[in-house]
Amino acid sequence: MFRTPFARATCAALLALAAVTASAQDNAKVLRMVPQTDLKILDPIWTTAFVTRDHGYMVYDTLFGVDVTGKPQPQMVDKYSASADAKVWNFTLRKGLVFHDGKPVTAADVVASINRWGKRDSLGQRMLAVMDKLEAVGDNAFRMTFKQPFGLVLEALSKPSGSPAFIMPKRVADTPADKQIDDYTGSGPYVFQKDQFRPGEKVVYLKHKGYVPRTDTPSGTAGGKHVYVDRVEWIILKDAQTQSNAITSGEVDMLSWMPPEHYSTLRTNPKLETVNPTFAGSYYLHLNHHIPPFDNPKIAKAAVLAVNQEALLRGQMVFRDLYRTCASIYPCGSPLATDKTGWFTGKPNFEEAKRLLKEAGYDGTPIVLMHPADFTLLNKLPPMMAQLLQQAGFKVDMQSMDWPTLLMRRAKKDPADKGGWNAFMTGWGGSDTLNPMFFAPLTGNGEKGWFGWNKDDKLEELKGEFAATTDPAARKKLAAQIQERALETGLFAPLGETNNLSVIRRGVVSGVLLAPVNVFWNIKKN
Amino acid sequence: MPFFLIRRIAATLPVLVIVALIVFLMLRLAPGDPAAAILGDNASSEAMKNVRTQLGLEQSIPVQFFQWSARLLSGDLGESYFLKQSVTGLIAQRIEPTLSLAALTLVVTVLIAVPLGVLAAWRHGGWLDRALMGFSVLGFSIPAFVIGYVLIWAVSLKLGWLPVQGYARLEQGLLPWLRHLILPAVTLSIIYVALIARVTRAAVAEALTEDYVRTARAKGISEARVLVRHALVNAAVPIVTVIGIGIALLIGGVVVTETVFAIPGLGQLTVDAVLSRDYPLIQAITLFFSFLYVLINLLVDLSYLLLDPRIRY
Repeated sequence: MFRTPFARATCAALLALAAVTASAQDNAKVLRMVPQTDLKILDPIWTTAFVTRDHGYMVYDTLFGVDVTGKPQPQMVDKYSASADAKVWNFTLRKGLVFHDGKPVTAADVVASINRWGKRDSLGQRMLAVMDKLEAVGDNAFRMTFKQPFGLVLEALSKPSGSPAFIMPKRVADTPADKQIDDYTGSGPYVFQKDQFRPGEKVVYLKHKGYVPRTDTPSGTAGGKHVYVDRVEWIILKDAQTQSNAITSGEVDMLSWMPPEHYSTLRTNPKLETVNPTFAGSYYLHLNHHIPPFDNPKIAKAAVLAVNQEALLRGQMVFRDLYRTCASIYPCGSPLATDKTGWFTGKPNFEEAKRLLKEAGYDGTPIVLMHPADFTLLNKLPPMMAQLLQQAGFKVDMQSMDWPTLLMRRAKKDPADKGGWNAFMTGWGGSDTLNPMFFAPLTGNGEKGWFGWNKDDKLEELKGEFAATTDPAARKKLAAQIQERALETGLFAPLGETNNLSVIRRGVVSGVLLAPVNVFWNIKKN
Repeated sequence: MPFFLIRRIAATLPVLVIVALIVFLMLRLAPGDPAAAILGDNASSEAMKNVRTQLGLEQSIPVQFFQWSARLLSGDLGESYFLKQSVTGLIAQRIEPTLSLAALTLVVTVLIAVPLGVLAAWRHGGWLDRALMGFSVLGFSIPAFVIGYVLIWAVSLKLGWLPVQGYARLEQGLLPWLRHLILPAVTLSIIYVALIARVTRAAVAEALTEDYVRTARAKGISEARVLVRHALVNAAVPIVTVIGIGIALLIGGVVVTETVFAIPGLGQLTVDAVLSRDYPLIQAITLFFSFLYVLINLLVDLSYLLLDPRIRY
């Protein structure tokens, strides 16, 4: 076949090259994982994008984590105490914490990190606003002193999503909060390989050999963060079919976010296994309370009464295993979830909606419902919601656009016929809705609040009480009151929950933890 | 010839300026906000306003255009809003996969399409001609993603011969590079073979009716030599033209194939940049493609001089 010496030599060289490449890869335990989306922004304090948050958990550690029940637990902190009036909080760091550059983690690093995080995160802003002093007390201890009781310190420092309070070296954390960092040194279980980072293609992390895990059992984002692989590669695959093909052929070991449309194929493949690594997420219908007609609570309530969770979820997710109805605004089964949902059941009541519309004098002006046609994870919901709203007596003008356009347009406060909007739908991770202080749209502070600009002093008052108390029973009661208030006033409508499954290669990957966000420690690869 | 070259290069500049201006205005006038895409779902209106200010998007469109043009003239194409890397570096990172795919597709296409077209012209009206043209209609009618998925299913998933996705850079070795590119190149080739074979057939068929072919045959020259040295060479101008158009289409239009096979090329980068409203990146990529198209057209024009001595500029 290879008749000339040149051809033989070329062939031999190619084979040798392939063999060298293959053996270099086989020597290390490499976990190849497809993340939910492409990683673009590397500063987890700067954006709330889920994929950047997940990257943050690879590289950085947090002072506290939340266990699988959603309860805050010490992580980088060894011991802590709070005064009886919740005004003075003392913390000591555990021993052996080192950054990826080998330098120890000190209280000065923590103070700088909290200050930077607190300037961007909503709960951090609330905490810093009532804080009198944040100071290092020696190399390993720090103290927070508040002007008034603040009961959410542990919740803030363990906040799993949005912007978690990741700890960075002081030199990095001193970067102004409105500027992105360019030094990605952390003290977390993995070291980010900046020189191998290829946006849109691959993100590489190596095991942090100096990381000392806690001795507690891993649970949620808390407990021992043990790393059993040498290297984790995030392989960026955008097409759902390509993701399915890649895991079927064994070219990747894990899909962190299973494409729902491939569920039937993937779950019946004997070489694969679906696992549930995160708390259920939720879909919501958000209304614009700043302009007519939803500035009228009766009309907003009528829209919420049109919701048919079962129909919406079935249409979007198709498979019964992938969703469940849930009338609570907190994830069903989570610590603050309650069945005190007032009149809201998640089932439609068109007659009552029509009655309310008549009583409120709805003039038949079409409601602009924004439809993100390109966003496959939620683009089937708006057409169905439009139908339900019409059945309830609304006229609906569903406008299709791409997701970036929707994000821009939802910031507009103009009337709907002049470039504004009345309603849109989006999804939230379970970790974003665990606590009323985490959940961005749960605001009643008008134009300072989240898109939709709901004005409700009572709701803000309840949230203030929630922030001040450390008593679990009082919190549970307040959380229920906040929920009832939000639903009663038609602030938004929960549309039910979805299971965000991961896919792993059966017998090859094990140890995927259930946590509020995707975490990649504790995973073993055979 | 030198005057022609100078004239063509000079004509390129206004084209690039007009393209730059149109793209800049279209981006600013189209809906979508980079700040919203950067900050994520939890972002407040205030945070978005701050980011817009940092990015200079709060300034008037003429001021933004002036600032961008000034940087462009100094050779600075800017920095990606999202990736905080120079757009030149990002394009450089993505150009290898795209050029590799285009080059391999072109080689496969030309090696198959030109002989097929010549054969079809030679057997004009016969069963071979009809079969080849039938194949070309089929190849041109089936969408690339269908061909890609069918090939992946058969060759990768069932037979396990080739990887289903990804790209191996040349520095990783020629064999991994080739293994990752064969299926995408074949997918694209099926479409381009159809296009180029049809043009070749038409051009060669026309050449075969010319007097010089009849003369060559009368002189007893072998049929293969008649086809290649006489008919094909004289039919080369339209074939090279369509190959040139094909290269331009290949470099700019491989988004679907890059998506199906997860090849991190310029097509993917363009789509990502557009979806996230990464203005500096979109502007730079557009300018790059415009420059490339102009360059390819220039090379095609120059090739006419070699192929047909009668052509003079």
